[in-house]
Amino acid sequence: MNDKNKIITGLIIFIVIITFPFWYNMGKASPVPEPKLTDKAKAAKECVEPKEYMKVEHMQILDIWRDSVVREADRVYINEKGKKFNMSLSTGDDSCMGCHSNKADFCDKCHDYASVRPYCWDCHIEPPKEKK
Amino acid sequence: MKNSRRSFLKLAGISALGLGAKPVLNAFASSDEHGPEIFPNQEALTAKRWAMVIDTRKFESEEDFEPIVAACHKIHNVPKLKEKRHKIDWIWIDDFKHVFTYQEHEFLDDRVKHLPFLVLCNHCEKPACVRACPTRATFKREDGIVLMDFHRCIGCRFCMAACPYGSRSFNFRDPRPFVEEENKEFPTRMKGVVEKCNFCAERLAVGKMPACVEASNGAIVVGDLHDPDSNVRDLLKNNYTIRRKPYLGAGPAIYYIV
Ligand code: HEC
Ligand code: HEC
Ligand code: HEC
Repeated sequence: MNDKNKIITGLIIFIVIITFPFWYNMGKASPVPEPKLTDKAKAAKECVEPKEYMKVEHMQILDIWRDSVVREADRVYINEKGKKFNMSLSTGDDSCMGCHSNKADFCDKCHDYASVRPYCWDCHIEPPKEKK
Repeated sequence: MKNSRRSFLKLAGISALGLGAKPVLNAFASSDEHGPEIFPNQEALTAKRWAMVIDTRKFESEEDFEPIVAACHKIHNVPKLKEKRHKIDWIWIDDFKHVFTYQEHEFLDDRVKHLPFLVLCNHCEKPACVRACPTRATFKREDGIVLMDFHRCIGCRFCMAACPYGSRSFNFRDPRPFVEEENKEFPTRMKGVVEKCNFCAERLAVGKMPACVEASNGAIVVGDLHDPDSNVRDLLKNNYTIRRKPYLGAGPAIYYIV
């Protein structure tokens, strides 16, 4: 029964360690990312599909695109508004990277925030980084 | 007894009605929403069954093959690895005795004996690699091209063991540093996937002939094997041609005029 002090110190140390991540990160919450559009994307005004849809479903679209192109040999996509795209992640002017050529300020902004690391770039060639 | 038969028939009738109504409902569902559409390029080159004829008489020395191999490897970002077991090849050259196993003999004429032959994926009628692939990463298109979906390749290399022609290479290391001049229009591959000739599917899709055909000065011709009036059928009709290891029954689609 003389161990009261030891137990309390132990408890305090335990609580400090357990809650360490919380107060270590206090006040540092990273702001919601705001992906930047390139001038070219701004001029185009619209993405492949409406912005809200793109935000949530862009990986689905990429999945459909790659299956259509590689497995079905279909390479043309016409969206609801009748706009035509050559289905490609990284090749050509109307590919994703054709408009969003600022990968670091666009795709990566969100992906870093959400801790996703698409492995596409092991093979697909990134647009050259803009010089600042 | 009677009752239960009646109720059974009723049920069957209602079910049949339901089945009949489904397409109608589907039509309704699709009529108010005009979804996106996906289809092939208009200018794409198509065939019922692609095949290739290589006129080996048009090659005189080893140097004649270089531009062909270089053209293919350049546009597809094929890395140049020095070490033999790491080598990646989509199209390459080999001796008669290796290419046409069991068809060589002691007294072969000098030209055939000393001139190398171009080899590449045979885009077989019955591809062993397709049967071996556990993820369907390798598949045969309706037009006969045996393609790889690199996205699905898990690097198990069953296809390499299955292929009787050694047409496939494995990326034992990251190929990027060994690609001499990156073609931005085509993805590279990564460590841990298999790769091989894709019959230039990406070029056919935009109306271009395969790169080897373009670089060959007419020595390589591709066309539709199922069209009796096609260029390849014409060549096959008027020349004696051989194929690699026909006795295996894989049905290779690359023909050689010797
Ligand atoms: C024609 C040019 C163009 C192409 C091609 C294009 N985009 Fe976009 N993208 C835009 C524009 C413009 C916006 C902003 C839309 C808006 O603000 O309404 C946008 C928005 C987005 C957004 C939402 C960004 C945000 O702020 O929430 C995502 C995600 C996205 N695009 C991904 C893609 C992907 C993936 C592809 C390829 C499948 C692609 N884009 C192809 C022009 C393009
Ligand atoms: C608005 C923010 C945002 C933008 C902009 C954005 N992404 Fe994403 N992306 C995400 C999020 C969040 C996920 C993860 C979703 C999940 O895991 O369900 C994701 C997932 C993906 C995936 C699937 C990854 C995986 O491993 O499953 C791909 C591929 C992808 N994004 C490609 C792109 C490309 C290419 C661009 C640029 C043209 C882009 N994204 C721009 C937010 C974004
Ligand atoms: C192992 C290498 C590899 C990886 C990893 C890879 N790709 Fe690909 N991808 C290719 C190759 C090769 C093609 C064929 C290009 C062609 O035929 O034009 C392709 C084609 C595509 C296409 C259609 C054509 C084009 O030009 O873009 C899409 C879309 C695509 N990939 C999306 C993705 C996405 C999204 C990811 C990441 C989640 C990814 N790929 C990862 C190698 C790869």
